[in-house]
Amino acid sequence: MHVSTGFQKSAEKVGGSRVSEPAWIRYLLITIALAFLGLFLLLPLAAVFVQAFDKGWEAYLAALHEPDTLSAIWLTLLTALICVPVNLFFGIVAAWSIAKFSFPGKSLLITLIDLPFSVSPVVSGLIYVLIFGLQGWLGPWLQAHDIQIIFAVPGIVLATIFVTFPFVARELIPLMESQGREEEEAALTLGASGLQTFFRVTFPNIKWGVLYGVILCNARAMGEFGAVSVVSGHVRGSTNTIPLQVEILYNEYSYAAAFAVASLLALLAVATLAVKTVAEWKIQQSLSTNETER
Amino acid sequence: MSIDIESVSKNFGEFSALSDINLVVPSGELVALLGPSGSGKTTLLRIIAGLESPDAGRILFNGEEATKRHVRERQVGFVFQHYALFRHMTVFDNIAFGLTVKPKKSRLSKADIRDKVFTLLKLIQLEQLADRYPAQLSGGQRQRVALARALAVEPQVLLLDEPFGALDAKVRLELRRWLRRLHDEIHVTSVFVTHDQEEALEVADRIVVMNKGKIEQQGTPSEVYDRPATPFVFDFLGNVNLFQGRVHEGMAQMGGMQLSSPEHAATNNVPAIGYVRSHDIEIERAPLDASSIEAEVRYLLSVGPLVRVDLSLSGGEESIEVDLSRDVADRLELKVGEKVFARPRKMRVFTDDYQI
Repeated sequence: MHVSTGFQKSAEKVGGSRVSEPAWIRYLLITIALAFLGLFLLLPLAAVFVQAFDKGWEAYLAALHEPDTLSAIWLTLLTALICVPVNLFFGIVAAWSIAKFSFPGKSLLITLIDLPFSVSPVVSGLIYVLIFGLQGWLGPWLQAHDIQIIFAVPGIVLATIFVTFPFVARELIPLMESQGREEEEAALTLGASGLQTFFRVTFPNIKWGVLYGVILCNARAMGEFGAVSVVSGHVRGSTNTIPLQVEILYNEYSYAAAFAVASLLALLAVATLAVKTVAEWKIQQSLSTNETER
Repeated sequence: MSIDIESVSKNFGEFSALSDINLVVPSGELVALLGPSGSGKTTLLRIIAGLESPDAGRILFNGEEATKRHVRERQVGFVFQHYALFRHMTVFDNIAFGLTVKPKKSRLSKADIRDKVFTLLKLIQLEQLADRYPAQLSGGQRQRVALARALAVEPQVLLLDEPFGALDAKVRLELRRWLRRLHDEIHVTSVFVTHDQEEALEVADRIVVMNKGKIEQQGTPSEVYDRPATPFVFDFLGNVNLFQGRVHEGMAQMGGMQLSSPEHAATNNVPAIGYVRSHDIEIERAPLDASSIEAEVRYLLSVGPLVRVDLSLSGGEESIEVDLSRDVADRLELKVGEKVFARPRKMRVFTDDYQI
């Protein structure tokens, strides 16, 4: 969405002028882009819903009311409910320290924040197995104290936190950097405390960025497959999340049920996109007021 | 409130931003920190505000140690170059901010805050814009709002960082005169940073000229302008021409001119540099005395009320710039290529131990 709005704007600026490409090239490019989108994004999305309702509305609801499915939905919600606030907190703290202070090791911290993006999710899952698994470093100690992390809910939560932690921080760092720290300094000279400065000056300036990060983080937390698959152990009705449940149902040839559950994720994606678009629009707005102010 | 700065130093890594600065800002005065970029003037201002801490030295407010005092407790009003208005708040909320963040027991009532904000809005002549957002204001209006916001908390000191730097020339002129009048009304001790010598000369009670982290000279505008203590100050304040030469027992030999230089009566044939402001040079058709020098007119350029004459000195590649008032220029009827004689009315000679 980001890229496409930028494109439209610049196209408007040069549209019809001499530096613009001939009409047929423009239409050809637009057609290719749209055809590609339709073929690889919209068609599969539609297919999910077509398949989900293949056996009718009743069968769709019945598939969702399956106890194992309900448990998977519940586990997914629980995971997101823990991961999103944790990463929200971490993301704001990390972005705040990176954007507003200079300290040794700053660029290392930025690189580390990106690590989950560059590591395959399966590897992230394996890391946790290596640490907390029975054969892992902490395995014997955990077993002695009767704490189970791998093949249980804590492992799923940990793996999901790892995979999703860049989203909020990544969104906020450039935003906060572009806004500088003068407003905070102004608030301090006017006698505001640190907390007052954050809640009355910093947060209102970044709230749409925060929302954007939270939505992306949430979408990934609910949809994560690789890392969770490694640590979950696929215990039905207990350690399966929605994506894992979809895979199990699909492997058992219950296509309608698999697609019914998958349609929940698809709906989540559509809702995410909608909120994301609004958030992006608002961020653009706050950035453009920033520019005119300078 | 008076401010004493005692041997303050500040380094950023290898770069020495301030070294051993000593300065007294008397209560109620409007002081300009004037210098080129990188001279440390903004760093000094931020140290006074408490936004930076010095590596060495002390800051005293009214004779009391304030070096360790937090920004919040210093009671300074700080006006930023780019205004730093809270962009999501209206003009009213911006000005009221400092009043509303006070602890409950010392906070004014809502009605009192409102009265106070409107008094300030009246002072900055923006009453009708109370509900606007910063993005809807012009640069000059924003800077006035920033000033009102700083004044709302009744600061002991007002600190302004290049307050007019981001404004266009006409607004800048209006606003700095307005600031001067405002200061005459409220008499709050003020320090402002600028790289614009004209601004400093026009607005300030005292000017502190800074260069490379050190104070070159301080004094009233006329002291600094008429009696620059160092070549740097001479160079930085106004248009200046340089002459290389020597001084010997009170007489200066500068590029074919002979001038008396009484303050160097004791020197014995020392290399020296002579500084002459471009408006302190007379142009004549005939040589008046030994201080005249022959030159050729290279360019003539009308700059508003002045005519700028570019002269190339005979027997050299060097050229000098002369500013004539329009009536003098009209009387002389100079033409490009013409031979004339230039004579410095006033020259300030620095011997080599005063290198920039």
